[in-house]
Amino acid sequence: MVEFDGVGLRYGPDAEVLADISFNLQPGSFYFLTGASGAGKTSLLKLLYLAQRPSRGIVRLFGEDLVSMPRHRLPGFRRRIGVVFQDFRLIPHLSARDNIALPLRIAGVSEEDLSGPVGEMLSWIGLSERAHARPATLSGGEQQRVAIARAVIARPQLLIADEPTGNVDPEMAMRLLGLFEALNRLGTTVVVATHDIHLISRIENAQMMRLERGRLADPTGALRYPPANRA
Amino acid sequence: MIIPRVPVQHRRLLPDRRLSGPTPWVIALLMMLTLLAAAAGVGLARSANAIGDAIAGRVTVQIVTANPVTRAEQARALRRRAAAQSFVLSARSVEPEELQATLGQWFGSAEGDDPVLKSLPLPALIDIDFVGEKHANHVRALQKLVAEEAPGARIIPHAEWLGPVARLIRSLAWVAGGLVVLMALASAAVVIMTARAALATHFPTIEMLHLIGATDRQITRLFQRRIAIDTAYGIALGTTVAAAILLLIGLQWTGVTSGLAATASLGVAGWLLLLALPLLAIALAALTARQTLLSALKKIL
Repeated sequence: MVEFDGVGLRYGPDAEVLADISFNLQPGSFYFLTGASGAGKTSLLKLLYLAQRPSRGIVRLFGEDLVSMPRHRLPGFRRRIGVVFQDFRLIPHLSARDNIALPLRIAGVSEEDLSGPVGEMLSWIGLSERAHARPATLSGGEQQRVAIARAVIARPQLLIADEPTGNVDPEMAMRLLGLFEALNRLGTTVVVATHDIHLISRIENAQMMRLERGRLADPTGALRYPPANRA
Repeated sequence: MIIPRVPVQHRRLLPDRRLSGPTPWVIALLMMLTLLAAAAGVGLARSANAIGDAIAGRVTVQIVTANPVTRAEQARALRRRAAAQSFVLSARSVEPEELQATLGQWFGSAEGDDPVLKSLPLPALIDIDFVGEKHANHVRALQKLVAEEAPGARIIPHAEWLGPVARLIRSLAWVAGGLVVLMALASAAVVIMTARAALATHFPTIEMLHLIGATDRQITRLFQRRIAIDTAYGIALGTTVAAAILLLIGLQWTGVTSGLAATASLGVAGWLLLLALPLLAIALAALTARQTLLSALKKIL
């Protein structure tokens, strides 16, 4: 699904924010990415959701080398990835419904075909009544739910979430995690970056990736590429 | 397509308000000035061409023989022989009444019946038009003819005294054309600035659209459509004002029938060019916006 081999990332002439990152994410697996603030979690996620190319190393996604891939091919790959941003990144002048429908519209789904899934998603996140509300009028938790709904509506093969439960109450956090787990059972590979150690224990068979000062600390060796037990 | 078709739901990705308030107004002003400059350029070019056509290959033979009877005989003989030459297209004697009427305007007597004017010894004039475009040999042949029929007569090529005027008018037409080009460049610069400002304003939206898989083409079409519509409003306004000004000038011009001014008109081709300019401007704006947006988007992964 995702292979990183000796990946490094630097912004401009500064020192590398990520160095020697190697791992292999298996299809249908669930991963938590942890690490202290500034450890490089968001930078690693940016590489995963194709907002950044690495400064060095090899990144393969869905079996293709992304480092040398021409720009015009990237949108097709991005449509197979769902992203929940830490700051939600909802489009402020669009309603909750239109924000959720965005990936389907971009993918060319007709209005007729998208109204059903969008309605179901609004219902699932408990915002059917507020479908036409703009993000500014929604609470932080409601905005986060809309952001998650937008990330999963197109049934991505890879779901990446950056602190997805940071702004919701524990009950909603568990519901959202339940959604991620359900998607994972349907075959979606999930990567969740979080500080919440309690969250990690809630998902059976989830694997943990820990970043320390831009390097991957791998307590089990299961994430290495090639995996340690196969080496 | 100049204004790309974008589904209604996609149009909502940009806020309802226009991308930048002053753009349509600046474009309107530039379009109005462009059309006025173009109209001036076309009018001057046509005037220069009309003068050029009139003076190219035309000479006037001025017979100043003192004896009026001899002068008249020389004029008749020269006109007759000149008209029979193969290199002469036409030879016409300028009637004394015509001369007096022309001079009468300077003497304050439109009818040419001023007694002082009537007492003036006027030369006999013969206007001769040559055939073809190269006239040096024709002039030499005519000089020989003049020496035989009216010794002492002067040959005055019209190009000698009206040529500088025609060249000046043609230069002014080029200046007007240059202004049109400069204003088209200024309009393109306005569109580029508008496109860049739009990209800067909506960068978070663009970044988000990119990350969920929107292509450069999808994003560009959104902005291109909006900029093209904004520009089209400005162009329509500028064209309306310029058309009103040109029609007003045209109405006043119809009363001008004398001299060089009478040769300045737009003609059918000129009006067609003026009508085409707004459409070209919209196309230029849309293409400029498209290229600006595409090149800016390429800088984002």
